[in-house]
Amino acid sequence: MDRRQFLKTTGLTVAASAAGTFAAPQILRAAEPIRIGLMAPLSGVVAAGGREIVEGFNMYWEERGKKAAGRAVEVIVEDDAGNPDTALQKARRLVEQAKVDFLFGNLLANTGLAVASYVKGNGVPYFIPVIAADDLTQRNRIKNVIRVAGYTASQMPRPLADWALKQGYKRIATISQDYTFGHEQCAGFAQVFTEGGGQIVAQLWNPLNTADFSPYIGQLGDLKIDAVFAMELGADASRFMKQYSDFGLKGRIPLLGAQNFTDQSVIRTLGEECDGIISSAHFAEGSDNPETQKFVKAYSAKYGKMPSLYGFSHYSGAMWVDQVIEQLKGDISNRDVFIDAVLKSQLTNSPLGRPVRFDDYGNPIYDVYIRKVVKNKDGKYWNVPIETYPAVSQFWTYKPEDYLKNPPFSRDNQGIKK
Amino acid sequence: MSSTVSAIQRSALGFVLVLVIFGTLPLVVSSYQMSIANEILIFALLAMSIDVLAGYAGRTSLGHGALFGISTYVVIYWTSVYGGSAWVGCLLGVVVATLVAAIFAAFAVRVSGVYFLLLTLALGMIVWGVCLRWTSITGGENGIRGVGRPDLIASPTAFYYATLAVVLLMTFLIWRFVRSPFGLTLRGIRDSESRMRSLGYGTSAHMFVAFTVTGFFAGVAGALYALFNNFVSPSTVQLSQSVEGLLMAIIGGIGTLFGSFIGAAAIIMLENFVSAYTARWQMVLGVMFIVTMIFAPQGILGTLRMLLIRKR
Repeated sequence: MDRRQFLKTTGLTVAASAAGTFAAPQILRAAEPIRIGLMAPLSGVVAAGGREIVEGFNMYWEERGKKAAGRAVEVIVEDDAGNPDTALQKARRLVEQAKVDFLFGNLLANTGLAVASYVKGNGVPYFIPVIAADDLTQRNRIKNVIRVAGYTASQMPRPLADWALKQGYKRIATISQDYTFGHEQCAGFAQVFTEGGGQIVAQLWNPLNTADFSPYIGQLGDLKIDAVFAMELGADASRFMKQYSDFGLKGRIPLLGAQNFTDQSVIRTLGEECDGIISSAHFAEGSDNPETQKFVKAYSAKYGKMPSLYGFSHYSGAMWVDQVIEQLKGDISNRDVFIDAVLKSQLTNSPLGRPVRFDDYGNPIYDVYIRKVVKNKDGKYWNVPIETYPAVSQFWTYKPEDYLKNPPFSRDNQGIKK
Repeated sequence: MSSTVSAIQRSALGFVLVLVIFGTLPLVVSSYQMSIANEILIFALLAMSIDVLAGYAGRTSLGHGALFGISTYVVIYWTSVYGGSAWVGCLLGVVVATLVAAIFAAFAVRVSGVYFLLLTLALGMIVWGVCLRWTSITGGENGIRGVGRPDLIASPTAFYYATLAVVLLMTFLIWRFVRSPFGLTLRGIRDSESRMRSLGYGTSAHMFVAFTVTGFFAGVAGALYALFNNFVSPSTVQLSQSVEGLLMAIIGGIGTLFGSFIGAAAIIMLENFVSAYTARWQMVLGVMFIVTMIFAPQGILGTLRMLLIRKR
């Protein structure tokens, strides 16, 4: 190549690439992927639930060909180890290093609250389908922390308390894991039940990871009660049901549970001891709604097990945000516009089979099922709706303004009417 | 005499290295990597506070993570619940951590060896239990959110340099402390407590002061962590925090002070960068500990020092 030829080609290349750079912004916008940071506990005590979060989330994007409004979607998964300090570190990495457009996920309330306090400072949208801490959509709201396809802890047990009153139950004892999520769920139940004329005879609190429930079950057996309300999740739930049945209380005192108590993640490994337990939730894998069944079939085919609440919530959460991205034609560069659009949007075509929208405080309003654990035709236990409470908000029948004047629930403040 | 001079030279080299390496980092790394470096500095200070007891007084503490966390709790509580200024909060945090350290010390001076380990472990667990159960103050499992840093150090770079300045100052104080006659007495107690006592030294009083002073340093690290993390929950005071601080001191080299920087850097970088490639990063960490214990029982810096001395 002689010198002239060299200059010519180099000049052309430089000119072409310069033109490319100037012309690029338009093309790049469409080509640049949407980056999503998903955090879930993949190690530690709640790792099983964490994996289902990732499964549900990925399943949605795979069905959509990993695209939203024509833009490629890139999901970056990080392990928060169920520890708030680790969760914070990972959130920082996702936002500052991986430059994600928004964050998703986390399972334990304390990890979610840690990340929430971080994004409060920098405005990165953060979606929390599982973090249920009441005050994130009540007294300590953060605009860019949004509960897509999520719920508050005290929201779901309220219809169950109402249902219990209708069954003629007068005296109920509660047993719950002794931490905030348990306190809030129990309080939702206790408040509605006592205001309707029922009596909470005793409240037992067991530490997380209780190996032996016999002292608690012994107490429950002596209380002369009409039913027990149990809020346990994970291994505690299976152990409690097993021992409740071993001690002969099953069939003698009806057992009611919070939504996680009879979640698929718990009952898929259990036998008869979970049969007939009543709980309340917005999702029931045994619902005969065709949309729900379509989702349950697809999930079972892909992962060889029925979906849990964790998998369902993240599938639906991804769907909700995707629908908003479509509506904005892929342009989510303006965070305020994006967040406002999410808050005004409705989730349609979800596995619930009916549209879902937010209340004025950013918490979804659901039709809540009273569910019963029964065997399906494959011989597996699942939750089947036996009654529906339409449009249940986090404030139940109270006026939000009045409700928020009360202090938040705790172990000592269970909203019990004296 | 010449060995004293070279010891001072060595420490001066340590200071210069820390200053140069950490001082120039923000010019070359991204903001996320700078936050990692910031965390390394804070945890190096915690590791150093443990190293003073472990390396110079021969007492391995598993309670310093709790002292660290107490300070973090006080700062966050003061600024977010009480609404006070962050500067006063930091001061209070350090004072409270020091006071609690003095209470710990009153118990801990009575024992040594494995009993010291167990006692500090138990005291640390009490702090953790209180933070978990005293929901009305600590927010229980959910912890407390902070309100952000004061304007002066709000930007990550400003806060990074502020941390570096504080940590360097504390390192200097610790260095002076262990090289003082008081520090020499501690070493004497480490080697033979009964002999020191028969020579007329009040060993209990010395241990009491040493423990309380290290509590002060752990408290400073905890206050910095409050400003850094802007959030506190029981996981900040739990046992694994103490263990991590101790492991950092061990990996870097017990009784080397500057080894704490190396140990903190090794563990925190492993946690953050290896975990991006594999969910099994804890196994990598485990293998690293085993390799260190077999091939470099004095820690990274301790072994380097040994090699240098042998070469001469």
